[in-house]
Formats: sequence, C-alpha cells, structure tokens
Amino acid sequence: MLEYVKSYLTSSQTPGAAGNMFWVLVYILLIFTGLAIAVMLMTWLERKVLAHMQVRLGPMRVGPHGLLQPIADSLKLLLKEDIMPAEADSFIFWIAPFIVVLAAFTVFVVVPFGPTHAITDMNIGILFMLGVSSLSVLGIVMAGWASNSHYPLIGALRSSAQMVSYEVAMGLAVVSAVLMTSLNATGTGTLSMIGIVQAQQAQGEWFIFKFFPLGLIAFFIFAVAMVAETNRAPFDLAEAESELTAGFHTEYSGFRWSLFFLSEYTAMIAVSSIAVTLWLGGWLRPFPNLLNGAIWDKAFSFLPGIAFLFLAAMCFYNTVRMPKHPLFRVQTIGLAVFGVFLGLVGLVLFVPAVSIRVQDIFWFAAKVAGFMYLYIWYRGTFPRYRFDQLMQMGWKVLLPMGLGVLILTASVALLQQKLWHP
Amino acid sequence: MLIGGILVITRKNPVHSALALIVTLLAQASIYLMLYAPFVAGVQIILYAGGIMVLFLFVIMLVSIDRVQKERQFNSQWVVGIIAATALGGLFMAVYTKGKDIFPEHALPMVENDNTQRIATMLYGQYMFAFEIASLLLLVAIIGAVVMAKKKI
Amino acid sequence: MESMLHITTLHYLVLGAALFLLGVIGVLTRRNVVIVLMSIELILNAVNLNLVAFSRMWGGLHGQVFAIFVITDAAAEAAVGLGILIAFFRNKETVNIDEVNLLKW
Repeated sequence: MLEYVKSYLTSSQTPGAAGNMFWVLVYILLIFTGLAIAVMLMTWLERKVLAHMQVRLGPMRVGPHGLLQPIADSLKLLLKEDIMPAEADSFIFWIAPFIVVLAAFTVFVVVPFGPTHAITDMNIGILFMLGVSSLSVLGIVMAGWASNSHYPLIGALRSSAQMVSYEVAMGLAVVSAVLMTSLNATGTGTLSMIGIVQAQQAQGEWFIFKFFPLGLIAFFIFAVAMVAETNRAPFDLAEAESELTAGFHTEYSGFRWSLFFLSEYTAMIAVSSIAVTLWLGGWLRPFPNLLNGAIWDKAFSFLPGIAFLFLAAMCFYNTVRMPKHPLFRVQTIGLAVFGVFLGLVGLVLFVPAVSIRVQDIFWFAAKVAGFMYLYIWYRGTFPRYRFDQLMQMGWKVLLPMGLGVLILTASVALLQQKLWHP
Repeated sequence: MLIGGILVITRKNPVHSALALIVTLLAQASIYLMLYAPFVAGVQIILYAGGIMVLFLFVIMLVSIDRVQKERQFNSQWVVGIIAATALGGLFMAVYTKGKDIFPEHALPMVENDNTQRIATMLYGQYMFAFEIASLLLLVAIIGAVVMAKKKI
Repeated sequence: MESMLHITTLHYLVLGAALFLLGVIGVLTRRNVVIVLMSIELILNAVNLNLVAFSRMWGGLHGQVFAIFVITDAAAEAAVGLGILIAFFRNKETVNIDEVNLLKW
C-alpha cells in the first residue's frame, strides 16, 4: 500500500496517466479545496476592488478590512429559507444548479498546473474543456424553464443564446492557437493541454506573441468571448439586477443560489486557465527564452517568496494604520496575525526544495489571478451591452475576425513549415 | 443508456424526454471512450449534448408553452407501430443469433495516443470531398432553417 | 466465467440494435412531434455506435470518420426539422402529430 503511494512520487507523468488512483484522489481534493478558497477570495476581492474603483471603501466591518465577509455571506446563504415556486417542475428545479456546478468543476480535470500537476492529461484535452463548458448552457436553460415565471424564462433564453453564440468565436480562437502547436519538426500538433504548453516551451515564445499580431488578435477574440461566455460584465444583461430582476436565478434562494454563484466564479477561473494555457504559456515563468540560464532561473525562483512577503508587508502597514480605539483591538490583532501567517508562507517558499515543486503552480495561479483582476476591472469600467448589440457583436464582428485570424495563421504557419522544415 | 432511451420515449413532459436524451448521449460518449475513439466522444459532447439538445430545449420552450400535457401521449396508430417494432426486433434477434460466431473473441487492441492526428489525416486526405460536401450541407441547412422559421419571407 | 468478462463487438451491436428499436418505437407511437424528432436522434446514435464498434473490430479509423459525418448530418437535419416544426406550429397551434393531416382526402 505504501509502495503504491510512493511509487508515483518519482514518476514524470500525471497521476491519471500513471494510473495511480490514490494520488488522483489527493489531487482532486486539493483542486476542490483550492477552488473553494479561490471563489471565496474572489467574492471579497470583487467587492473591495469595485468599491475602490468607485472611490468608496467596501466591506470593512466584518473582519479587518472585510476579510471575513465571505464567511458571513456563506453562513447567511446556508441559513436562508429554501423556496420553491408552487407550479414549478420540482425535479428539474432541483437538478438545474447541480448540472451547472458539475459542468463548471469537471473542466478542472485537465487543467495543467505544471508538467505533472494535472489530474490527468487527456489527448483531447482542449476539446474536452470546450465540450464540458458548453454543458452549463443546458443547466441554465433548465433553471429558467423550471422556475415557471416570465423573467427567469426570458433571462435563461437570452443567456443561453449569448453563451452559444460566443462559443463559436471561442472555438475559432482556440483552433488558431492549437494550429501553432504544429510548428515542429514532424508537423503534428496536439490537443492535450500539457502538450500545448510544452510546445510553447519548445518554440521559445508564448503563443500570444507568435506571428505578431495574429496571436494577439486570437487572444483578444478569446478574451472577449470568455467574458461573454461566463455572463459577466459588460455582457451580463441576462442576470444584472437592474435589467431582468436577476434573470434565470430569480426564483432560487439560499443554498441553490449560492451554487449558481459558485459555478459562475468557477467558470471564470476555468476559462481563464484555458486562456493562460493556450496563449500565456501555462506554468512557464516570464521570459523563458530571452532571459534563460541558471542565474535567471534562480532569480525568478525567488519571486513566489517575495510576492508573499510583499503581501505580509502590506498587512503590517495596514495594521499600523488601524484606528487606535479599544473597539478596534480585535481587528488589529486579527490583521497582524494574518500578516504573520502570510510572512511565514513567504519564508517557506524560499526553501529550495519547496520552491522547485511549487514554482509552476505559483506562476499559473499568478496569471489566472491577473485575469480575475481584469474581470473585476471590466465590471467596474464598461457600460452594459444591450442584447441585440451583444448578439450582433458575437456573430458579425467576432466570428469574421476569428475566421480571418484562422486563415491567416494557417497560411503563415504553412509558409514557415515549407521554408524551415521542407 | 438503455434506461435513458426508455425514458425518452415514455415521458409525458417533453422536457423530461430531452433530459433523458442528454443522459443517453453522455453515456454514448463514454462508450465511445471505451471503444478507443476519444475524438468522436469529444465531438459528441460538444455537438450533440451541447448544441443539438440546446436547440431542442429552445424549441420545446417556444412550442409547448401551454404545458397541457394531460392528453394521451400515444398517437392513433400505436398498435401498428408496436407490431412493426416487434417484427423489426424479431429480425434483429434472428440476424444476431445466426451470425454470433463470426466476431472474434478478443478485438484488436488499438492505440489512442494519436487518434486525433490520424483522423485528421484521413479527413483531409481521403475523405476531403465528403468534408466539403458536409460543409455545403450545413450551409443549406442554416439557410433552410432561417427561411422556414422567419415570420415574413 | 472467463468469456463473460470480455466485451466483444457483439455486445456493442446488440446495444445498438436495442437503441435502434427504442427509437423506432418512439417514432411510430408518440404524439408529440418534438419527441418523434428526439427518437430520430436516438436512431442516429444507434447507427453511430454500430459504426464505431466495427471500426474498433477492424482496427481502421474509417468508421470513426464516418461517425463524425453522421453527427454533422444529424445536427443539420435537427435544425431543419425543428424549423419546419416551428413554421407548422405557427399555423396550426398544435404539436399533435395526428393533426398533421392537410393532405388527407
């Protein structure tokens, strides 16, 4: 038994490929826990960043600077009364949030956090991710139908029409990125996520900079389509409060609504990780080829620790700036303890044994976190699109642009293959 | 998969039938994985379960708004239908019991690492003409569906 | 007991035949036009299963390529069929297949 567990530690494959069920379960638990923590952090971050963009403070009361606000929110949602509309189809009403959550979480089976840090590495990885994320449309349609009232139905139909339209643009952008993986000696590309990042490593540049500006335009198309796919601002007509009274999840309350919420944030993280893997080089550190060599590797390996120490320093700075009133004593002590915790994590990350293993995951998480910040930035900055403008943009602007990028990328790639590897 | 199929043809509510069909299609995708066909499984999930079923659900919502499904659910020729289906079932059983011995016990093991690449080579090489015809067919289908469902031509 | 554990091609073919039968029963006996169209999709899936099972038996990939073409065709046909259904529903306000009798003498 112990041999079974230890036999994986020296292999160079993902646990799914190596067939080691114990480590597969460990990875699944780790990813699930990590996602839950990430979603809770996202709710806090969204409220704080949006508030600061609107020159106000956001939640400040619950914990120091509102850090315990997500816990308060989830407690409230768990304890709320569970209402089901009278004439609703109870089986479909019950199963719809379940399907959306399932589709959002199953995507993470193939997300590569490192060369061996994925649950498994299917050789149709990117196809699987696109397919499973299109299953969440079904859940939304069923949620709107089962609620048996006008607003959810219209909201669900609008939302699913929007998601299906932008899936086409997403697919074209993904195809033009996968095309770039075939620029090697044998001329065969790959659909597996780990293979795509390894192709970027072998070709020496991230795909966003390849065949400038084609990679950039493909990335731009995918970035716009992924914001529309997850029903986020500025494409959130179907679920914004001022439009359709919260759209397809109007009739859901308490825990079921929090499942929709959870799946929305998880879908955001999922499509961001697709974008990071395909265009931004996955787990590779910045400048993998321009600044290569052992010294630069060592310098970049200090960055995880430095990042956490910087966060700890910010915590201590804010502790000093807290009001010196006896009622604030608990919050001040809490913030100081949090700062100490972050500092300890940063110090642990300086140890080379830990840093080598965690480095890939850190760079991947840092890039996905950048995308999350972009999502919140879009929400705070852009006005909302009207529904017909939304559909017009999906079909009349992004689709022709995607086709053009695909044809141009294919021609340039063919030219390069003929010239360099005849 | 069989339970899903039975549920498709026996539920009164068409939305329940659509759900059962989605379950059947997903089970079919996993059977394709067992048959060493990962690309076909991926295509099945994206196109069938994620595309065609959404289309069906949209049309069910547009068409059955009255949601009065309290009528009978079997049509007026169901006796003939059951007899014809029984005859077909008998034919199938006759064929399978006669031809049971021509299938090998252990099928050839197929490798699936480069399944997508080999399908692509075949699709763009040997079946190029069929590929172009399929795209023409899809164009015709799009134009046909739009013309059919428009309010004023 | 040994031979019961091997899933040969025959098992897949029997499963495909059973699905086909269910689809045929659905097409011939249901009243709701949408459910008839869904049974047609069941029939096409059964055919695909047969194709891919035979492709595995012979070791070539022709069956899988043809299965992809069948899926594409099924999508096109579902779209056109549902378009016809919507056009019909707009005139007659019913989805009952027994009412589709404009050509009856």
